[in-house]
Amino acid sequence: MAGNVSVSAGNALTGPDKVGRALLHTALIAGTVLMVAPFVVMLVVSLIPQEAFLSRNFSPAQYSLTNFVETFRVVPFGRYYFNSAVVSISVTVGQILISSLAAFAFSRLRFRGRDVLFLLYLATLMIPFPVTLIPNFLIIRELGWYDSYPALIVPGFFSVFSTFLLRQYYRGLPMELDEAARMDGASSLRIWWQIVVPLSGPVLAALSIFVFQAVWNDFLWPLVVTSSAEMRTIPVGLNSFVGQYSTAWGLLMAGSVIALLPVLLIYLLAQRWFVEGITLSGMGGR
Amino acid sequence: MTSQLSTKRAWWRWRPDQQWEGYLFILPSFIGFFVFVILAVIFSLGISFSDWGLTGFKAWAGVENYQALFRDPVFWRALHNTGFYLITIVPSQLVLGLAMALALNQSLRGVGFYRLIYFMPVVTTIVAGAIVFRLLFSTHGPVNGLIEGVAGMFGASVQMPNWLGSTRHSKWAVVFLTLWKNTGFTMVIYLAALQGVAPELYDAAHTDGANAWQRFRHVTLPMVSPTTFFLFIFQAIGAFQLFTEPFVMTQGGPANSSLSVVQYIYLAAFRDIRMDKAAAMAWFLFLFIFIFTLIQNRMQRHWVYYETSD
Repeated sequence: MAGNVSVSAGNALTGPDKVGRALLHTALIAGTVLMVAPFVVMLVVSLIPQEAFLSRNFSPAQYSLTNFVETFRVVPFGRYYFNSAVVSISVTVGQILISSLAAFAFSRLRFRGRDVLFLLYLATLMIPFPVTLIPNFLIIRELGWYDSYPALIVPGFFSVFSTFLLRQYYRGLPMELDEAARMDGASSLRIWWQIVVPLSGPVLAALSIFVFQAVWNDFLWPLVVTSSAEMRTIPVGLNSFVGQYSTAWGLLMAGSVIALLPVLLIYLLAQRWFVEGITLSGMGGR
Repeated sequence: MTSQLSTKRAWWRWRPDQQWEGYLFILPSFIGFFVFVILAVIFSLGISFSDWGLTGFKAWAGVENYQALFRDPVFWRALHNTGFYLITIVPSQLVLGLAMALALNQSLRGVGFYRLIYFMPVVTTIVAGAIVFRLLFSTHGPVNGLIEGVAGMFGASVQMPNWLGSTRHSKWAVVFLTLWKNTGFTMVIYLAALQGVAPELYDAAHTDGANAWQRFRHVTLPMVSPTTFFLFIFQAIGAFQLFTEPFVMTQGGPANSSLSVVQYIYLAAFRDIRMDKAAAMAWFLFLFIFIFTLIQNRMQRHWVYYETSD
């Protein structure tokens, strides 16, 4: 809604004429076809049994769910789903709680070394993931967490980026709120939970969706710290499936559809939050 | 007056220095930050300067790991490929993303629908995307079939490559996958920037007789240049760290022709169990990204326009 209003407002003057409109729609539809084609191919191939696919018989009369049945039989997708859900939800909740507490202190409490520490946090945003990948793998192994939920979850609790983003937002809330609450005898914990957190609903929602989809889709870290099928998340499970059935396209596409379904469903339902969350988080970083 | 009174009454609950509370609030975050970032960085640097294999630390090695890198032809190959990804992906994404955003910034019917579709690949699990693109770009796959079919309609016969099996074309398949996956992101960021451009600027340009191209060139482009700069750096850092796309789609092959640096780091660490070599590569990559960002940051004053600065 808000987006549409500003779209027309920004272009009241330059709004395209009839020919321009037709050209634009043609280009946009061409773009739509390009963007959607991979999804369509995925769905169609997933519905076509192997024999029909090999003889290039794509008629809808052939469509069946045999690939899905077979995929579920050979791959523990139920388990992958469960793991991905547990990991994504735990990391999202944990990361936002921990980051929010730290962000609250960085923005609204006064203590020695605060700004130096925050600067140190910020400086590490520059460090690319591969630098910490190897030592973190070794640390996890040393802690005895290799191939377990803690390995998948605990490192995700700590995010300099989320802390930074929330701190920026918390700084914008009027300090008078805290002062008034303190006058009434509220503790800092209470101010955080009953004033700051409720006032940052939209930013928390946007950040949650961003973190959730990032963890759900994350590939490299779960690939590195898991070895058994019981611990795989969906992307890692899907990848190991490729290794086993490299040309069984029907099965691979069925697996991809199964893997994508939940995220795409949430996306279609909460599109605005997705776009906002990723825009906000994407811009906030730098 | 009232405030003084209540301060007095509540003095035992309100500690104005907030010293310890601050540390307590930060503690959970700091423990993780210390272990998984600070410690990890020091650890990683240490590994890169030592002889570290399957059994862990053996001896200090000085700059041996870094010197070995420069003698390793596969590393140069990976660096070359990553450079290729950088110069193909980043500019095309900026141009495509801006074009899409400009189109969707018009008062058109169905804008919301187009945005929904264009953004869909961004939330897609990249492994699933890579699997479909493997099929799309297979020798007798839909992409080749379509191009050959269209060419056939015009009586021409084209020899389409076996994208994933050719050392010359495998990188392009990775580029197309990345563009499909990420351009929607560039688009929404540009869209947000375009909606922030004041309509008065366009009014003024129009009054001065500027045509559509001139308005784009002299109003839109400068006004979104901070976004372009941000996206440029953001996408470049992403391209430097490309991993999943080549890993799933081509496994870096054939003959390392699509191997990226991060993929090589992964292989060195977890296939060859050469943590020292992998750590050295990671630090080299970091240095590379750092210098690149620094140079771009210096150069931005020549082309980035900030409204607030003079």
